Amino acid sequence: MSNANVTAPIPRNIATREATWVRWLLIAITLVFLTAFLFVPLLSVFVEALRNGVDAYWEALKEPDALSAIKLTVLVAVIAVPLNLVFGLAAAWAIAKFEFRGKSLLITLIDLPFSVSPVIAGLVYVLLFGLQGWMGPWLAEHDIQLIFAVPGLVLATLFVTFPFIARELIPLMQEQGKEEEEAAVSLGASGWQTFWHVTLPNVKWGLLYGVILCNARAMGEFGAVSVVSGHIRGFTNTMPLHVEVLYNEYNFVAAFAVASLLALLALVTLIAKTWVEWHTQRERSAAH
Amino acid sequence: MNHVVKLLAGALLLTGMAASATAKDVELLNVSYDPTRELYQDFNKAFAEYWKKKTGDKVAIKQSHGGAGKQARAVIDGLEADVVTLALAYDIDAIAEKAKLIPADWQKRLPGNSSPYTSTIVFLVRQGNPKGIKDWDDLVKPGISVITPNPKTSGGARWNYLAAWGYALKKPGGNEQTAKAFVAKLYKNVPVLDSGARGSTTTFVQRGIGDVLVTWENEAFLAAKEFGAGKVQIVVPSVSILAEPPVALIDKNADKHGTRVAAQAYLEYLYTPEGQEIAAKNYYRPRLDTVAAKYDRQFPKVNLFTIDEVFGGWQKAQKTHFADEGVFDRIYTPDR
Repeated sequence: MSNANVTAPIPRNIATREATWVRWLLIAITLVFLTAFLFVPLLSVFVEALRNGVDAYWEALKEPDALSAIKLTVLVAVIAVPLNLVFGLAAAWAIAKFEFRGKSLLITLIDLPFSVSPVIAGLVYVLLFGLQGWMGPWLAEHDIQLIFAVPGLVLATLFVTFPFIARELIPLMQEQGKEEEEAAVSLGASGWQTFWHVTLPNVKWGLLYGVILCNARAMGEFGAVSVVSGHIRGFTNTMPLHVEVLYNEYNFVAAFAVASLLALLALVTLIAKTWVEWHTQRERSAAH
Repeated sequence: MNHVVKLLAGALLLTGMAASATAKDVELLNVSYDPTRELYQDFNKAFAEYWKKKTGDKVAIKQSHGGAGKQARAVIDGLEADVVTLALAYDIDAIAEKAKLIPADWQKRLPGNSSPYTSTIVFLVRQGNPKGIKDWDDLVKPGISVITPNPKTSGGARWNYLAAWGYALKKPGGNEQTAKAFVAKLYKNVPVLDSGARGSTTTFVQRGIGDVLVTWENEAFLAAKEFGAGKVQIVVPSVSILAEPPVALIDKNADKHGTRVAAQAYLEYLYTPEGQEIAAKNYYRPRLDTVAAKYDRQFPKVNLFTIDEVFGGWQKAQKTHFADEGVFDRIYTPDR
């Protein structure tokens, strides 16, 4: 603080005028909490993974079952995320731009996967497609394996991740209203043209944000995929499931090595999220 | 929305076809219970070599592990196992009963009640046995924390429960009432029920919860080996149960995959001296006398009773003790 600042202090809002020690205490509590419940566990994942050195770490990741778990996780995300992208856009478009009966019901239904336990999400598909389920005998007759195979994993992942993109887009599209689209249409634009040149550019950051969150959940989901996986080593174990398998085999270094990839994914997600938020802010302030 | 539906259907079909079109040579799926991971890792390697030598075919064995009840449920729900190697006969009975994938008399198809190896239930305690645990009676003492998995989902847990029950029954003056009281008292000392045997082992050894782990003999040996001597030690009770983990070919799945011959050979190989040796090395008690004699010093002598003697078989034991509203449900109340 220099001496140039001797003018009368700006009157502050009473609520922000806590004593210095209160502020420090609050910051300290937050830091202790974050350290204990976030940084230390995250750090311990990497410490455990590298316990026997970098070579052991790479060996654990190059092991065929680990590789197949990584590939499977990516495959599931590569199918589930684009499908949810299409679904999220369609649902958000319908809800934000049209008036129809049952709209609030539709919004509630989109939120359903957030309120349902992932285990139930998995069991639903077992009840539907399991051998004793509604469609099981028909599927078996036609030799189509849905659950305990890749399609089941994709279905369960779709279920738990489908609100992410729609939920991100609905408020954004509602806020923007439909004037711009109406203007475009009145100037002779087709539906697709309106979508590509008006709607999509308006929501692109929100969309990206939703995709990032959706992808993180798709790769990290445990409960729902655990129910429909069948846990076949090297075939139907995604990364989170493989971590459990390795841990249960006393193979702690390998378990934490694979877990560290998931932790890295979380960090990348966080960075991407921050980057998107920064861009959104910049675009907003440029618009004003 | 029509697009979404079509895309979804297309993606599902594609992945479905990709999943069913990759079979090359022979591929078997062995759905097994929790503690057999290491056993079948070794055994699968040996069988693949043997089968290659004998027939020239390459056989790849896929493994799935979990609590035995859960695994049986998955096979019933359509997990296409060619063979199952589970913790107890009742779980395979359930596959016969509920899914009709195998005949009801499956257990007569292979020697030794279809159990190529046996085991029993022992205790694992902390090094030096600080709580002085020697026999089942010490498990019901106040202040002793006992780790055992959930009998609803774990086969090993059911053997644990029945071993304790049988011990109480065989005590002087023992009857159904005293046995029930004994087991109820034991479960009052259980702070957490994991879903499988391996989960309980990690709870006890890795997370350091509990004074004594009740578990398979093979699991206790393995835990003692994995974590090195000096951390835990095995205590053998005076009386325990003869645990017979059975194996079965799942006829309908094997016929559908065209793998019956290899699957049958896989199970029969468990009974050969080579298979028995691998079982013994992984701390399962071998059936074959020659191999049993060789590993005689590894396995302590325990006074063993069978489930048929004391409980009249698995069907009866399951109905009385582990079915909904059975004895276990009545004596185990988590919020006591």
